[in-house]
Amino acid sequence: MKHLLSGNEAFARGLYEAGCTLAVGYPGTPSTEILENVAKSYKSDVRCEWAPNEKVALEVAAGAAMAGARTVVTMKHVGLNVAMDPLMTLTETGTPGGFVLIVADDPGMHSSQNEQDTRMLARFAKVPVFEPSDSAEAKDFLKKAFVISEKYNTPVILRSNTRVSHSRSMVTFEERVVPERPIGFEKNPRQFVVLPMNARRLHPEQEARVLKMEKEGSVLRGRNAWHLNKIDEGTKKLGIITESVAYQYVKEAFPEASVLKLGCAYPVPRKLIEDFCKSVRKVLVVEELEDFTELNVKAMGLKCEGKSVIPRCGELSSDILREARAKLEGKKYVPAKHCKAKISEPLPMRPPTLCAGCPHRGVFYALTKIDCDVTGDIGCYTLGYMPPLSKMDTVICMGAGVSMAHGMSQTGQKRPVVGIVGDSTFFHSGITGVLNVAWNKAKATIVVLDNRITAMTGHQDNPGTGLTLMGEETVAASIEEICKACGIKNVAVVDPLNYVETLDALKKATSSDEPWVVISRSPCVLKQRRRTGPVRRIDATRCKACKACLALGCPSIEFTGGKPHINALVCNGCSLCTQVCKFNAIEEEVQP
Amino acid sequence: MNHETTSILLAGVGGQGILLASEICAKAAAFAGFDVKTNEVHGMAQRGGSVIGQLRYGKRVYSPLVSKGEATVLMSLERIEALRFADYLKPDGLAVVNSQIIVPVTVSSGGAVYPENAEEMLRKTFKRLIYLDANQIALELGNPKCANVVLLGALATALHNLSDAIWQQAIRECVKPQFVDLNLKAFQIGRNTDIC
Repeated sequence: MKHLLSGNEAFARGLYEAGCTLAVGYPGTPSTEILENVAKSYKSDVRCEWAPNEKVALEVAAGAAMAGARTVVTMKHVGLNVAMDPLMTLTETGTPGGFVLIVADDPGMHSSQNEQDTRMLARFAKVPVFEPSDSAEAKDFLKKAFVISEKYNTPVILRSNTRVSHSRSMVTFEERVVPERPIGFEKNPRQFVVLPMNARRLHPEQEARVLKMEKEGSVLRGRNAWHLNKIDEGTKKLGIITESVAYQYVKEAFPEASVLKLGCAYPVPRKLIEDFCKSVRKVLVVEELEDFTELNVKAMGLKCEGKSVIPRCGELSSDILREARAKLEGKKYVPAKHCKAKISEPLPMRPPTLCAGCPHRGVFYALTKIDCDVTGDIGCYTLGYMPPLSKMDTVICMGAGVSMAHGMSQTGQKRPVVGIVGDSTFFHSGITGVLNVAWNKAKATIVVLDNRITAMTGHQDNPGTGLTLMGEETVAASIEEICKACGIKNVAVVDPLNYVETLDALKKATSSDEPWVVISRSPCVLKQRRRTGPVRRIDATRCKACKACLALGCPSIEFTGGKPHINALVCNGCSLCTQVCKFNAIEEEVQP
Repeated sequence: MNHETTSILLAGVGGQGILLASEICAKAAAFAGFDVKTNEVHGMAQRGGSVIGQLRYGKRVYSPLVSKGEATVLMSLERIEALRFADYLKPDGLAVVNSQIIVPVTVSSGGAVYPENAEEMLRKTFKRLIYLDANQIALELGNPKCANVVLLGALATALHNLSDAIWQQAIRECVKPQFVDLNLKAFQIGRNTDIC
């Protein structure tokens, strides 16, 4: 029987079937649901854990794989930057147990800050990178990745992306098979201790391994073939080399073409590529983001088209390839006939926004009353950037909210600097920044938005919540104690839904010459799934339409007919609007 | 079996429950023996932004994404979201639109205007339109949460290769046992709706 699974559900199924016993990761769209599905469906066989960050996750998995277990690590593309340090050297030592790293890229930046292409980092680390194009391949390739990892003693990267991870397609289930191998670390310091004397021997071994994989990965058919690459025979006029979900678009936009679908982009299967290119009259390389394969083809002295017609920015689609096809053929692109909206005025934009009742709103609103620069971070609270709050001036990466506030404040600039970081981000990479703030005496205010959960990615537990991914009760790390241990003397905890308290604390902190940490503590309302307090209504007789409540940017307050109104279905009862109204016009809704 | 690929686009606002509608639809197509692919949105876009769900089924489906002018049906859980994604619909495709209004924060903060004549624009845009107050129908059935399934019933009128029995089986699989009867009723009301 076939099952309709998302790519992430298929990865979870694949690691279960492959006999994996430990799966570790850090949440990040679009990779998050892999471990969530392991926890939901397979936790009696596979131990699964969220780590505080991707580097820790990769190192935990490395330890387990060195003890002989089949392990999986999951993260999004930018998470791999954090984990690169251990990966770069783990590729020298290898591990006795299969080691598979699932990295989900996000072409089109549906939920990310950049579009980096993991294939580039795979080549940098000299790790094989496999690219499934749908859910069935997600499961298959994961199982093959373990075999290759163990055969060649190398970690393997499985590169997913938003469309592979979040699309559903048909998958056939198979039995779980656990490899017969004793679990327990076998000492081998010459292999696992990378002192220069050992590393100098390991590096040439690694280079030889890459060449071996290049050769053996080039074999298309037969017992020893990897069965990751395939050729769809078509016309000899045009041959297309493609990978991942781009393959699906190629099949729709170039149904007649011969296609070499690369399931393994690196080590480059040179022989296979060369034979394919020589079998067709013209070659086009269709790949999302970088010209990774195109450059490999050209470096082999073969001719091809690629980024000359295929966009480098954003994701691809069948339509984009139809347009590229027209360009390639020197024709004018005629889009398919479609319905056209007949609108008399532009539609209002509908960007994502902080939820009604979101406690972060209290902090951002209070910050609008202080002339300051705000260095922000990655999470739901990045939406503090959106008008009317508009209180986030920089966002770069996880943890930078803290460290950039430090740097900005050390320039002697006049305006106070506030660094914003969420609870999960604090544990991820904010703590070292806070340690530095205290140590180097930065005159900065760090605000930790502690909503007791990793919210943006869909409510994952973190070291502060007191629960593990497996659902076990555990210690809950205290943010205030950590900050104090780092050397921060001034630590305040505020309720962000208490406007005056929050504003007072922020004013005190930003006018101080010493480092401050203000912890804004209130649970995520989306996680709570109940109202914070009674629904509010606006008394039209007392309301002067001053629009002070609109400055909160709450989705429940609508301005129609010259006055604000509260949509009772949306209102969460957080009461911030009542607190900011100067005319006492906003009161609790009286239940009929 | 029809060899053409059927494409469906579901539009709405993050948090409205596109996922369940998409799941029921996908299950129905799978039960009917079709190859199915769907795509859904997670992460940032879910926080009250415009979102779409895409679904394609047929003998062999490649892309999980719907191309412009390809959708047989466009179903929208919110009034103006149907207009935002109209390009995806075939010129003669069916639009199923819930009359619900969700005011975007750009409007409530005074930076933009929610069109007052949205219904008129919908009628001009879509040659074939089912325009209904699914929230009211759901409320009358006793549970506002089944509005999506009312709309799904209306959507089913355009998909001739999926029988009522198949849809009922899919609903039974996707909703909790205590809500099966409610959702079957909701589906039937939508199914009996004519272009209006």
